[in-house]
Amino acid sequence: MQLSLRDARFRALVFQVVALGAVLAALAYLVSNTVTNLEARKIASGFGFLAREAGFAIGETTFIAYNAADTYLRALAVGLANTFRVALLGVVLATIVGTIVGLARLSPNWLVSRLATLYVEVLRNVPLLVQLFFWYAMISENLPGPRAALKPLPGVFLSNRGIALPTLVTESAHAWIFGAFVLGLLLAWRIAVWARRRQARTGRQFHAFWAGLAISLGLPLVVFVGAGAPFELQVPALAGFNFSGGATLTPEFAALLAGLTIYTAAFVAEIVRAGVLAVQRGQFEAANALGLHRGLTMRLVVLPQALRVIVPPLTSQYLNLTKNSSLAVAIGYPDIVSIANTAINQTGQAIEGIAIIMAVYLTISLSISAFMNWYNKRIALVER
Amino acid sequence: MTMGSDPNVAARNQKKGSDPFLWVRRNLFSGWKNTLATLVIVTLLWKLALPFLDWALVKAVWWSPDASSCRKAGAGACWALIADKHRFMLFGTYPYDAQWRPALASLIFVVLYVVSAIRACWRPWLALVWLGGLAAIGVLMWGGVFGLRYVENERWGGLALTLLLATFGIALAFPLSILLALGRRSTMPVIHWLAIGYIELIRGVPLISLLFMASVMLPLFLPEGVSIDKLLRAQIAMILFAAAYLAEVVRGGLQAIPRGQYEAAQALGLSYWKMMGFIILPQALRISIPPLVNTFIAFFKDTSLVLIIGLFDLLTTIKVSLTEPKWSGYGVEAYLFAAAVYFIFCFAMSRYSQALEASLAAAQSRAPAKEAA
Repeated sequence: MQLSLRDARFRALVFQVVALGAVLAALAYLVSNTVTNLEARKIASGFGFLAREAGFAIGETTFIAYNAADTYLRALAVGLANTFRVALLGVVLATIVGTIVGLARLSPNWLVSRLATLYVEVLRNVPLLVQLFFWYAMISENLPGPRAALKPLPGVFLSNRGIALPTLVTESAHAWIFGAFVLGLLLAWRIAVWARRRQARTGRQFHAFWAGLAISLGLPLVVFVGAGAPFELQVPALAGFNFSGGATLTPEFAALLAGLTIYTAAFVAEIVRAGVLAVQRGQFEAANALGLHRGLTMRLVVLPQALRVIVPPLTSQYLNLTKNSSLAVAIGYPDIVSIANTAINQTGQAIEGIAIIMAVYLTISLSISAFMNWYNKRIALVER
Repeated sequence: MTMGSDPNVAARNQKKGSDPFLWVRRNLFSGWKNTLATLVIVTLLWKLALPFLDWALVKAVWWSPDASSCRKAGAGACWALIADKHRFMLFGTYPYDAQWRPALASLIFVVLYVVSAIRACWRPWLALVWLGGLAAIGVLMWGGVFGLRYVENERWGGLALTLLLATFGIALAFPLSILLALGRRSTMPVIHWLAIGYIELIRGVPLISLLFMASVMLPLFLPEGVSIDKLLRAQIAMILFAAAYLAEVVRGGLQAIPRGQYEAAQALGLSYWKMMGFIILPQALRISIPPLVNTFIAFFKDTSLVLIIGLFDLLTTIKVSLTEPKWSGYGVEAYLFAAAVYFIFCFAMSRYSQALEASLAAAQSRAPAKEAA
């Protein structure tokens, strides 16, 4: 190899060395500045603060018990659990609402399709933060106090203190019912495998879906009736100025969940619509010509093709929803960003706090992209 | 044909007939499922939309400087809040008598958007128009020349600040994003991985964390004695954020250019930069315009996040208006107003992007068949 800039390989090498050097030099410069500044401001760096007492209360917790005497690490864990709670619920609800709206846009009924279009156009063109403030103002300013709470369903109370819901009084029999459900699911799966193998071997069909449904729902029902139908609801009741008993969704949580769901559903709706439209007409006709009835056409021909178009953008919407849940800090829901922000303000450990936030979201993003790549490979079209 | 079985047929059935009765029958009452859906929706509209219109229009209070009429029992929406505070909402704490300047600046922004949207104006001189427009906006906002009073940027706010953050963010992120996209497609491993690392790092974290970083960490990164004001710090964070997202859009455009274009350019003996600058990028950017507009819409909405680090953009001024005791409790009205302003901008842009996509697709389909990646 001749060492000349006219040689493409040598030029590429020089260029890469220079680029890498420039990036490293810039990083070194920033790091040295930061170290000098931290020394000047007498801020000790490191994650030692995580073991110290947090000293602030958190409005609501998920699964992890917490009080102000616990450590920063525990406070951050509570924040992370809160992020996961709102993100998971949001993903499930946004998928349901989004699918309904997306299919409604394709409805032959003019009113239905126009209303769905209105929903999508309005909600995706207004910033999520505005929507969050709107829902929060709706709940905290415009709903009546607990004494005059609205009752949309029996046992459900809407007031400016949040949403009070009835909860099931748990008994030991419920664990058995759940166990029966899991057993039913396992059996249904075995039946499906057996039915597929038999059909491949003999061509004879078996209604595996209905049999599976009957078993996975029937088994728990049998246990439920056998145990004497234990079903008691703990209904929230007004005590003093707020509700006690049952479960309460705080106004912050309710506003955040409503905002994330309704906003993301508008994007999900567009994805679902595009996915269904992407399946060509000829595919329906070919399936009909083969004599498949409507259910089988959907399951064997349309859905596999539509899902190939739907799933990649859908996952990126799930990721967006999770990242957008960080807006919780603006309405005071204690998610990971909000807790880390409080910790930064109290300890001055800005770099560590932001590093924690970024590490959490990067981990979530990278795991979802890894799943995406795996899924894409699995369902990719195998072409000749 | 029932709902959901074949949307293509459904879409065709929805075509308007010339006879209104036939149209109603075909689109609202064809079959019992359709009729049921129509009846349910009409009932819901009757129960929900009518009371809303009653609240928002019929019983609304439009003018009441001391908010007394809003507090009366049975009063509807309190639009008097907007009437009273609209100057503050639109211009923030900019000196009151000089607020025509941000108003004019906002108008220039809108004119620049409209001019850039017209395809006949996609000429080299458009860049000069933008430079002139942005310079005029700078002069108007800062002042200090032509007898205009100097206004420090801590006092900028409202709609002008939102437009400023969004426009400068995208305009400055764009060149960076082209470099990132080319870097990601590069065959040089170091460049390739540096670009991937940057893009995935930025896209993997929420914008808020970058804004926090800009507001609390950036001062630590700078040498002693150098400081950047809050607005510029936020603007830098938004540029770095937008560049990563735009880079992916540009990369999409680059991927859609058939290999033959590269090979032809190389066969002509063009260097890498000449090939990119004269052959590949002009085509790639043209097909990326609709997704670029969509990225701009998302970015325009995202500027509202600067509220969290305490900048006075449109949403912040609206939120701050509510802290005045006489207007407290009218958050719903205030945020509906905010939603309306954002909606006007975003909806216009999204409609434009759809129309452009359709017309570019039509132009493409007339060209000889190309393989899209």
